[in-house]
Amino acid sequence: MEYGKANLDIFAETLLELASANRDILVVTSDSRGSGKLGPFGDALPHQHIEVGIAEQNLVGVAAGLASTGKQVFAVSPACFLTARALEQIKNDVAYSDNRVRVIGISAGVSYGALGATHHSLHDYAALRAINNIDIVAPADNFETRAAVRAAIEYPRPLYLRFGKRPMLNLHAPDTNFEIGRAITIREGSDVTFVAIGEAVAPAALAADQLADDGISTRVISMHTLKPFDEAALLAAAADTRALITVEEHSVGGGLGERCASLLMEHRLFPAFKIVGFPDEYMATGSQAEIFAHYGISPDGLALTARTLLQSEPTR
Amino acid sequence: MQAHEMLLKSVAYRRSVLKMIKTSQAGHTGGSLSCLDILNVLYNYVMNVSPENFHDPNRDRYIQSKGHSVEALYAVLADKGFFPEDDLQTLNQYQSHYIGHPTRKVNGVEQNTGALGHGLSLAVGTALAAKLDQRSYRVFTLLGDGELAEGSSWEASMTAVHYKLDNLTVIIDRNRLQITAGTEDVNRLEPLHAKFMAFGYAVHQCDGNDIVGLMHTFDHLPFAPGKPSLILANTTKGKGISFMEDTVKWHHRVPTDAEYEIATRELDAQEAELKAVNSGVR
Repeated sequence: MEYGKANLDIFAETLLELASANRDILVVTSDSRGSGKLGPFGDALPHQHIEVGIAEQNLVGVAAGLASTGKQVFAVSPACFLTARALEQIKNDVAYSDNRVRVIGISAGVSYGALGATHHSLHDYAALRAINNIDIVAPADNFETRAAVRAAIEYPRPLYLRFGKRPMLNLHAPDTNFEIGRAITIREGSDVTFVAIGEAVAPAALAADQLADDGISTRVISMHTLKPFDEAALLAAAADTRALITVEEHSVGGGLGERCASLLMEHRLFPAFKIVGFPDEYMATGSQAEIFAHYGISPDGLALTARTLLQSEPTR
Repeated sequence: MQAHEMLLKSVAYRRSVLKMIKTSQAGHTGGSLSCLDILNVLYNYVMNVSPENFHDPNRDRYIQSKGHSVEALYAVLADKGFFPEDDLQTLNQYQSHYIGHPTRKVNGVEQNTGALGHGLSLAVGTALAAKLDQRSYRVFTLLGDGELAEGSSWEASMTAVHYKLDNLTVIIDRNRLQITAGTEDVNRLEPLHAKFMAFGYAVHQCDGNDIVGLMHTFDHLPFAPGKPSLILANTTKGKGISFMEDTVKWHHRVPTDAEYEIATRELDAQEAELKAVNSGVR
């Protein structure tokens, strides 16, 4: 596997390409054009770029008003501010009013790791999962990001996309099929499954390589869409492998892991199970990679979690 | 529509508001009565919107930011033919689309509102789309005065001015009361006119319960080219019913049978006087 670009770069490139051919595609920013790598977009398509200043609530409300007239609106702002300060606007003006804004949370999770908890978004999956009529996608790599932005254009519901700003490993063959709501199995396996989302997929894929050296067969699922959730992919993994590990750049509360846990219980499936994410504590700071490693979202950390979990679970 | 006909409509709308609140045993009585004359003039004199053109992209849009005064909006929309008047007797009942705040489930409603401080941003986005597409429609939004404590309204005001949205009209229902007490006692708003001027609106003040005065004010839209217009409409909360006027407790009080009877008689008297004036009896 090789490193590609930052998902953020792919988002900005793809959006510029799409918007160049469709004048109804608009970008709305809250002094976030630089953070969003949208300088070239604004230069090339100034009439399709709306700036509202550092005002996230207004950003989302204005985007919803624009979308109500049939515009394809991408509201772009750091995930930490967008999904906290403007949560009520997302809930009411976008989701409840069914104004199909594409809410784009940039520098999500711990992308701004060294800047502290004000700039972390560990809550966005949980907060938005509990809001009716908005779907949630977190692409893992450049391929998924490009595909998600393209799919967002005609997507029939409000949508939240979140990604980071560091170069990502290319995880997929170019002919992979991407569909919102349909998980992608990156690697087949029969002992343990990593169900991962967003930029936490790459360390899971690398952990699977390590485990293979030990003779452990690992399935890796990129659950890029948290809502609507691909239940079949999870249930199949629970049937086929005897341990499940969820991995997310998010609080362990209310995110991918708890979504999986509730589904497994409802189906009376009880594989060995571990949720890997951020605990309820004063967050470690540093680079995204350093924070990942600190909380075990690393190839070594995840491989260790898998070995430990398998040892606790007798062979079926 | 002529002023006299609208004056009679205001009486009818007040009857409708009180009837639906009395039937459902809930509603925002005072605020609905204060903004009702503004809605009357908007829908019957100013805006190009009707059931026939409601899906036309060039229709004028109204977004009610002070969503809790939904009874006034329902009364006017029913009269305009967006839905049968009888539907309103289901207000707040199980599974009724006619709930305590505007939603698009009700024909004629543009946006789901209810949480305060949201309507102006929605209106700004809608007006901005008209500018981008060079469409001629206009956007009107009604804000409560108590609502102005929400900072998002001021964020949206900056954007409205920045993008020179002279197709946007913001109307403030300045009834000077909110659920707890007077607006100036809860969290001072004044000097409100100076604040809106400083933000860059073209501002007109008027009596927001005077039909003729409102018509005259709306006749001058846009107040200045390249600026959003703002009408600081001085109103009376509970307007039209003597014992409801300018009292905090009528924010969302439901009239008793006796109070409802008195209110009905007051409206009867207002109607008789209007008809007498028109027929030349007085």
